[in-house]
Amino acid sequence: MRVPILKQGNYLIASIQSALSDEDLLQLRDDLGTQVGRFRSRGAIVDVTVLDVVDSFAVRTLRTIAHMLRLRGAETVIVGLQPEVAFSMVQLGLTLGEVATALDLEEGLSYLDRGIKRVNSHG
Amino acid sequence: MPRRTPPRRRVTVPQPESPESTAALLRELVAHLRQNRTQLREEWARRITESQLLTAMTREEIFVEATSVYDNYVAVLETGSVEALQAYARDLSERIIPRGVETHEVLGIVLLLRDVLARSLFAKYQADFALLNRVLDAYEPAANRIANTVGVGFVQERERIIRQQQEAIRELSTPVLQVRERLLILPIIGVIDAQRARQLTEQLLRGIRANRAKVVVIDITGVPSVDATVANHLVQTVDASRLMGANVIVTGLSSEIAQTLVTIGVDLGKINAVGDLQGGIEEAERLLGYKVTVVEATSSMQG
Repeated sequence: MRVPILKQGNYLIASIQSALSDEDLLQLRDDLGTQVGRFRSRGAIVDVTVLDVVDSFAVRTLRTIAHMLRLRGAETVIVGLQPEVAFSMVQLGLTLGEVATALDLEEGLSYLDRGIKRVNSHG
Repeated sequence: MPRRTPPRRRVTVPQPESPESTAALLRELVAHLRQNRTQLREEWARRITESQLLTAMTREEIFVEATSVYDNYVAVLETGSVEALQAYARDLSERIIPRGVETHEVLGIVLLLRDVLARSLFAKYQADFALLNRVLDAYEPAANRIANTVGVGFVQERERIIRQQQEAIRELSTPVLQVRERLLILPIIGVIDAQRARQLTEQLLRGIRANRAKVVVIDITGVPSVDATVANHLVQTVDASRLMGANVIVTGLSSEIAQTLVTIGVDLGKINAVGDLQGGIEEAERLLGYKVTVVEATSSMQG
């Protein structure tokens, strides 16, 4: 199932609705890549609240998305990781590296807002 | 050789193996033990004191317990049923374990009783060696079964207590406390093993979601020692919390623990550490944008 991507001001919100196949993940990566360019977004939020399994491929894809979007000028935040998922990820040694995470959509948005303020005050 | 079928004899002259003869011998034995109850019991209590067993109990207590054990013992020899004895052993263990009575003492006194009674049997039947032999044949299995029952009862009771205490420790485990809006503290006290670490992490992650926490202070002042396993658990907890969008500050690392961690080469680069809990909470408040100021400094304190 294709992941809907919503535009919200300067940000894109990819709200995952159901378990994803590997193809769906790659589709999400490509969609975000194009849409960030089209809307000139400054940030993207991937909401994984519904996922109760996050495997190594998903983690790698999320990392790729974050690196890719950074090169296109947007910050990525993963939000809504469930406690069980977070715990099994660290047990399996799956890390998101430098990718930002937040508790939920609201937190993710405020994280991006702060980031933009930082950039603006510096520039 | 033709097989001779012996005519049914009177019970008083029994065949060694036939069950009714054993029963008869046991009856006789029980009568003997009942008759000499006072004397044998005193002998037993004397031997217990002599061997310095049950030192946690007074002489009177030993005598009272010895009397009950003696009567139970004779009852088992008589009926052959150990159920009453099992119940008594459980009850006895329940009473004496909290007073620090050890397994070797319990086994010791039961074996002493066995010896005291065996001695008295020797004394009684020494004239007739064959009869003595048969009496011991009847006595020994029953006596060993009694020793076994009491020993097992004691050990089972101990294990039950240990299980109960483990349960209590797990229950006591670690609270996740909110000290400010979006700030949790997790004071860890006591030894961390794999199971506890796992439970802690799960509790913390649920707490983060329930309280919408942004910063967590984990205080390990009360953790006596940290080895590679514990350190890795700590790192995992920090990583998992970060995945939930919460920052973790670890406090209370003593200089010994810090040294150990550096020596075993745990990668603590990702851990944000502050000296003590106070410092950790201050750092957390800074991260959350709180500013604590003193208002009207001392007027209320002086009154």
